[in-house]
Amino acid sequence: MKQAYAWSAIAAIVLASTTGDVLLSRAMKQVGDVGALWWQSGLWMVLSRVLRNPNFLLGVLAMTTAFYSLLFGLSWGDVSLIAPASASLTFVTNAVAAKIFLHERVDHRRWMAAVLVACGVVLLAA
Amino acid sequence: MTLRKYLVLAGVTLCASIGDSLLSRGMKQVGSISLNHLSHVILAVLNPSVALGILLLLGFFASYMTALSWADLTYVLPATSLGYVLLTLIAKFYLHEAVTTSRWIGVLLISAGVGFVTQGPALTHHPAKAQPHKTEYEPASVRNEP
Repeated sequence: MKQAYAWSAIAAIVLASTTGDVLLSRAMKQVGDVGALWWQSGLWMVLSRVLRNPNFLLGVLAMTTAFYSLLFGLSWGDVSLIAPASASLTFVTNAVAAKIFLHERVDHRRWMAAVLVACGVVLLAA
Repeated sequence: MTLRKYLVLAGVTLCASIGDSLLSRGMKQVGSISLNHLSHVILAVLNPSVALGILLLLGFFASYMTALSWADLTYVLPATSLGYVLLTLIAKFYLHEAVTTSRWIGVLLISAGVGFVTQGPALTHHPAKAQPHKTEYEPASVRNEP
């Protein structure tokens, strides 16, 4: 039963942090190249554009949810299961979500990278 | 990819891993915080390691957002996972912890993944909006942007 709680926490973390990453990525693509914008219109312009972007605010909300799910998860299960499992699954779900929602070109190199990094993170925690 | 962009990616990696280590060290110095004394959480910020760790994590968020403004999510995430490798090297050579064989294999896999993703273009070109008849994929020549 404790395992079921731990895995539901892992699912919540993965879902929330993938949602957050996709929203933040979309927000920053809408803002545009931060370096160029800073150069042209100053730091204040960059900050106001980022902070007024609805996707950015929703992304931060999703990341906060992921953080609190992690805290809850850690109180139910072992850190040695929850931290690496959620970190490693997030690399793979992000690749899927980026392909579907951000229309990124996820070619074989990027699939390989996501899977290799995910396996590597699991081994580091082993 | 320009040198400036590689520096931003290095900033993401370094700030995240060093920030996390500093927070971890600082919170161990502060000691465990009970729910009855939640004010201790606020006082924990006074610990220099915790304060510096929070500053570095703010730096991480700023450089992560900057990287996402000109690179794909599926490029930034694997490219900055070198932080795990860095943490292992710090553990081995600075903290003199024992690093097992399976961890070294993990380090190799992550490094290989980073190698794969940085071979390719950093940003998906979406010519569909401008040139509907061209291929959707970014040609290799676009990689070295101005």
